[in-house]
Amino acid sequence: MLNSRSFGERLFDSLNALLMIALMAVTLYPFLYVLFASFSSPAELMQHRGLLLAPEGFSLQAYKLVLADPMIASGYFNTLFYVIIGTALNILLTSFAAYGLSRRGTLLGNKVMFAIVFTMFFSGGLIPHYLIIKNLHLFDTRWVMILPTAISTWNLLVMRTSFQQVPVALEESARIDGANDFTILFRIFLPVSLPILAVMTLFYGVQHWNSYLDAMIYLRDRELYPLQLILQEILIANSTDQMMTTVSDFDKGLVQETIKYATIIVATVPILLLYPFLQRYFVKGVMLGAIKE
Amino acid sequence: MKTKMPVMRKLSKDLVRNKYVYMMLLPVVAYYFIFSYLPMYGLQIAFKDFVPTKGIWHSDWAGFKHFVAFYDSYYFWRILRNTLLLSFYELVFGFPAPIVLALLLNELRRKMFKNVVQSITYLPHFISVVVVAGMMVDFLASDGIINQIVAWFGGTPLSYLLQPEWFRTIYVSSGIWQGVGWGSIIYLAAIAGIDPSLYEAARVDGAGRFRQLLNITLPGIMPTIMILLLLRFGHLMSGGSFEKILLLYKPTTYETADVISTFVYRRGLLQFDYGFSAAIGLMNNIVNFALLLTANALSRRFSEHKLW
Repeated sequence: MLNSRSFGERLFDSLNALLMIALMAVTLYPFLYVLFASFSSPAELMQHRGLLLAPEGFSLQAYKLVLADPMIASGYFNTLFYVIIGTALNILLTSFAAYGLSRRGTLLGNKVMFAIVFTMFFSGGLIPHYLIIKNLHLFDTRWVMILPTAISTWNLLVMRTSFQQVPVALEESARIDGANDFTILFRIFLPVSLPILAVMTLFYGVQHWNSYLDAMIYLRDRELYPLQLILQEILIANSTDQMMTTVSDFDKGLVQETIKYATIIVATVPILLLYPFLQRYFVKGVMLGAIKE
Repeated sequence: MKTKMPVMRKLSKDLVRNKYVYMMLLPVVAYYFIFSYLPMYGLQIAFKDFVPTKGIWHSDWAGFKHFVAFYDSYYFWRILRNTLLLSFYELVFGFPAPIVLALLLNELRRKMFKNVVQSITYLPHFISVVVVAGMMVDFLASDGIINQIVAWFGGTPLSYLLQPEWFRTIYVSSGIWQGVGWGSIIYLAAIAGIDPSLYEAARVDGAGRFRQLLNITLPGIMPTIMILLLLRFGHLMSGGSFEKILLLYKPTTYETADVISTFVYRRGLLQFDYGFSAAIGLMNNIVNFALLLTANALSRRFSEHKLW
């Protein structure tokens, strides 16, 4: 079949492949640049002009400073806390909601469903949300990073679609044996929905890992800051001084740059490491969402 | 069937029969009530002179004062223009990009190569907005890598993020960089759902690959395109990602970068002008909702595509 392609087709195929290679390069290079720069010697990096294809010199000074920084450590710990506790609650509530709303024959199910979907299109907005958080005394507590984001409506719809496709026959025999809905959810629905559960864990987990806006608005106590908020201070607001108390003034300007790159790597590595293992699952998640739409 | 049964009895029977289902739904309903519907109730402060010590309910009514003040304010036209222009450029450039990518990916002949391209282009979607913005701040600085390359070609270095005329370009193109791969998944799924016999019939009729793309693939994913386009219309007044703008804009670029959501944030949470900001937020929400309904109604009328 390959021989039957016309000249025009072969030209198109080659150009298309080239374009895709260019796209991959443009996508990956920023990460590679940051990686190379983070291992570079600060002085040599400063001298360097143009693209980096390998580290300029070699230095671990930036990583030593970043990993020794107490704020990075506490940010890491806080983020892990928000990711683990937050995602566990996400999965529990989303499973409850998806199961409850996938049941046929409840009187109120459709009304609840409508009320939930309506929130996708209309919301109170930032200010009333902020005032409610204050009134509930969630402001500046760990809970504010967990409770207000306990369910994502989009994920709920995806999971509900998945639950609707579970064959009825599976639960019928369990019901005859006297199993209630909780047993059916935990013993039948969740075990047969492991791929979608993996997708939900990934989506919620990444969302918690990357979340910074809620922390910026609702947290004041630096002890509670997640990693992303520390990152924001270092990368955007440019404050690296507290990390460099042991560095001489002369070197500060130099090290500052590599510190930023090392921070990016340290904060992104967990996602990059998990990515290859999880990526076959999330495509499935998006497609299930697409079926519903 | 049993329409004669009184509503209350029917309901209590249902509550007993499905008690475990309702037990599961209880925390869910509580969540949506507290974090979605209470803020909607709180929106009344848009029509009040909100005083925190008096609370939402007991503050005095102020009518449309905040709305009038917003309309009369110096910044009204600026943030309205910025919001709509940012959404417009995202729509014109950002919306078609994943469609084009999906069509091109679909034409790749080697499955391995296609998988690699997909894996790599999905990656930026998972990177946090802080890291993306941080890299942009670094790369676009006056001594950053972009300017080093510009200088190499003989150009003059420029602090791009301090230039109002560059903001929209930077914002939209970085959005495409981060989202094009991920956005293409849904179109690839739609392409995979097209009946293969259509392609066979077209080949028998002598249609080349380009004709097949134009006459089968594109019409095949049109429903998906239309639905996503409709959803976009519901966000025209959102003016892009609030988080990213907040990280990238500076007072020197407010002229093009300040949108409704960032304005609400500054006036409300940094200057504590709660009622005024809530009013802007409410107006914004209503316009978005109205746009979505209009787009849906128009689409229902002129084509078979609809959200509901």
